[in-house]
Amino acid sequence: MATAAHIAARPGWRPGPLPGFRPTLGFTLLYLSLVVLLPLAALVCKSAGLSWGAFWATVTSSRALAAYKLSFGGALLAGGINTVAGLLLSWVLVRYRFPGRDVVDAIIDLPLALPTAVAGIALTAIYAPTGTVGGFLERHGVQVAFTWVGVVLAMVFVGLPFAVRSVQPVLMELGPELEEAAAVLGASRLRTFLRVILPLLAPPLLTGFALAFARAVGEYGSIVFISGNMPNHTEIVPLLIVTKLEQFQYQQATALAVVMLAGSLVTLLAVNLLQAWNRRWTGHA
Amino acid sequence: MPELAQAQPAPRLPLAELDTLPTRRVKTKAGNRPALRGSLSVRISLIALALAFLALMVLLPLAAVFAQALEKGLGAYLRAIRQPETMAAIRLTLLTALLVVPLNTVFGVAAAWLIAKYRFPGRNLLITLIDLPFSVSPVISGLIFVLLFGSQGLCGQWLSDHDIKIVFATPGIVLATAFVTFPFVAREVLPALQAAGNAEEEAALVLGASGWRLFFRVTLPKIRWALIYGIILCNARAMGEFGAVSVVSGHIRGVTNTVPLQVEILYNEYDFVGAFAVASLLTLVALATLVVKKVAERFQGARSAEGLR
Amino acid sequence: MSVQVEDLTKSFSTKAAPTVFQANFEAPSGGITTLLGPSGSGKTTILRIIAGLESADAGRVLVAGEDITPVPVQKRGFGLVFQSFALFGHMTVRENVAFGLRTQRAPKDQIDARVAELLKLVQLEGHGDRYPGQLSGGQRQRVGFARALAPRPRLLLLDEPFGALDTRVRLELREWLRLLHEATHLTTILVTHDQEEALDLSDRIVVMDAGRIQQVGSPNEIYQSPSTPFVASFIGSANVLSGRVSAGHAQVASLSLDVPANTPDGTAVRAIVRPHDIRIERAGNGNGVCSRRTAAGRISRMVNLGAHVKLDLALTTGDAVTVHVARREYDGLGLVAGESVLVDLESARVFVEDYVI
Repeated sequence: MATAAHIAARPGWRPGPLPGFRPTLGFTLLYLSLVVLLPLAALVCKSAGLSWGAFWATVTSSRALAAYKLSFGGALLAGGINTVAGLLLSWVLVRYRFPGRDVVDAIIDLPLALPTAVAGIALTAIYAPTGTVGGFLERHGVQVAFTWVGVVLAMVFVGLPFAVRSVQPVLMELGPELEEAAAVLGASRLRTFLRVILPLLAPPLLTGFALAFARAVGEYGSIVFISGNMPNHTEIVPLLIVTKLEQFQYQQATALAVVMLAGSLVTLLAVNLLQAWNRRWTGHA
Repeated sequence: MPELAQAQPAPRLPLAELDTLPTRRVKTKAGNRPALRGSLSVRISLIALALAFLALMVLLPLAAVFAQALEKGLGAYLRAIRQPETMAAIRLTLLTALLVVPLNTVFGVAAAWLIAKYRFPGRNLLITLIDLPFSVSPVISGLIFVLLFGSQGLCGQWLSDHDIKIVFATPGIVLATAFVTFPFVAREVLPALQAAGNAEEEAALVLGASGWRLFFRVTLPKIRWALIYGIILCNARAMGEFGAVSVVSGHIRGVTNTVPLQVEILYNEYDFVGAFAVASLLTLVALATLVVKKVAERFQGARSAEGLR
Repeated sequence: MSVQVEDLTKSFSTKAAPTVFQANFEAPSGGITTLLGPSGSGKTTILRIIAGLESADAGRVLVAGEDITPVPVQKRGFGLVFQSFALFGHMTVRENVAFGLRTQRAPKDQIDARVAELLKLVQLEGHGDRYPGQLSGGQRQRVGFARALAPRPRLLLLDEPFGALDTRVRLELREWLRLLHEATHLTTILVTHDQEEALDLSDRIVVMDAGRIQQVGSPNEIYQSPSTPFVASFIGSANVLSGRVSAGHAQVASLSLDVPANTPDGTAVRAIVRPHDIRIERAGNGNGVCSRRTAAGRISRMVNLGAHVKLDLALTTGDAVTVHVARREYDGLGLVAGESVLVDLESARVFVEDYVI
């Protein structure tokens, strides 16, 4: 970005030949400021008003810690599951032909288009002890709803489209030449997959994981129905924040929000670093 | 400059009519190459596994919505929808969508154009900002508006002095929804703009086209399907937003309840049929969104198959 | 409408070398001026600056004596033909051609007449209602020409217009362009990396390499009197032999060649000679006078290329030289592979490092 500023500072610099730069820039900045930057600034301001002691007490209370464990831990697990499932689904969609392939491709976006609350009650209906699958599992001693298992399940649901759509386009662009070269050199399909294809898919897989993780950590509507919301057991961080808000404890809610944002930021950073490291090794853009 | 009419006799060459259609850049899928297909049993088990996963995770909940909604029959279903509170919620949701979607569309197109067509300092920052609502929990999205406009918020004093209610009223809902859904149009339009390239716009520019003419007659037709899908998706999310609206609305029944909030209320009151009936409305919207996406893909794909790059 | 490019400089990044550096040339009115060079030589950038699609960091462009640097793209009134055609895919051929006229807000019947005229010119009369996606590459580029010419531009800019086409179509369109130009005498600036195209079409050639202009001249000048080794080897084929100056002469292979006076001993030189400018004869032929300009060697490979025969020679000094011998002469000589021969390098041009003859 320093280079860009450098270039822009030269006399006679233009951002490009097409007209419309000033109006679009102006409008975009205005809208962004009103709808995004200003409210975020409010968050920063408010949290700055907290005393350090109160802040620390809130964010390290046992209830908060339990919530972190559930939100972040569950999201990690769900992200992992989604990455594997995303790979499987992309592979099947891109490489194979079967009846109903178009429908399958469309259905994958359902968690994106479906309201989170609807997803929440639907998942609960299925996995509660009274539900179809829930009842079946109950009889075998496995409880899904109102436990962390249900939380992870809901997280997998919301993260699925991200995991699939990160890998799918990359897989489509991957021509068959590499695999053909491997085949001619005597590699089995499995070896080709593990040694040739998978490494190339590492960056988009990582991206998909990061997106699914970020979604899962912040998710509210899909989870609060199936989780049962028991403090210290099945309470996710967003719910804790809402509870604090309903009790008008704005300071505490803000403190927790800051922790969440910090956590997301750290994750995003870590993933970006991993991507950069991966790029250096594979020499890819 | 001599009129071209005088040129008539000269360049009458028998130009070769290589009338074969332009070579399609056939994206050879591995499916077209038998050597790469792998054994049949592997293929079938992978497909079966994928489909089973999908059925369990996605199709089952989808079916559950309609099964539960219609459990007590069609009559009960319709009655649940016609409840006055539900109708009020539907009206509020529609109003919100009507306000949010056009605004976010204009912003999305402007931002996508800005990013795709120009190079300027801060471009990367802009791209990150656009992705922001995706990484922020919806609850936090609602929280920040409460912090800004709530009675204890930064602007709270000023607002109550002027008797303006934002939080716990419709404007707050609209703002929070706008925040959460603003990336959708931009994210769909941007790749379409980038893929389409600049050559046609530059040609139009040299031919004397002004900015608006360029946009409406050259760019827009190229990206219209991506734009349509972005709008539809933004709409689906705007209608279905739950977390952010939940924080900002105050849950005042009949006044500041949107459809998703109404679903929650009915569910918590154990009115399952009612809850799922209302939920089914949004599910239908979601399904319609997916259908439009498929149609859009087909049309956009038809264009690129004609080799128009 | 002559075009003058003065001291044009452009960089795309502060770290790498400039894409165009102090380019100076004039495109004469009514002629075809070709910017010729390899990929990355900056020729397309110069064209785009003239069109107004890029802005130069320094320097200016004058058209008919007027500085057009502050004039926006839309107002320049030039025609531009793209390598990738850049046709409006969702408009018919007719609508594509009419686009420039529409922006000028010409009355409808005038537009229709003009479009018909141009479709006839590019021989696409029956195709007016088709879409670009339904046309072949050659047809699409013809639409590209029609579209650029419709609004009567005062300058025609061609960015590798035939680069994306099959060889046969390329040759035919090249001939078509030449005839078109003869009829219209529209000042044209052509960018290409195809030297044959440049030699065939141009009135003036500007040879570029790595952002700098190497030589400006007529095709004949460029070919016969290249002013730098790059130009000599880029246009036509060339043998390049290296050597050093000693005792006041350039010692290249086994030859002593002239250099400008006062060239210090030890300076590196390069001798460039075209394969068909080398005379070859059998060694030990009696007439074989070993002179300052004659070298001895052995034929290592012979290939029959139809109109001429290509001989790869290994000189006694180890240098490799390629000779093209016309068929008739070859038959007369009756050479075989492995034979010892003498080559006369009389027409070699010597280039001293950093300095041209």
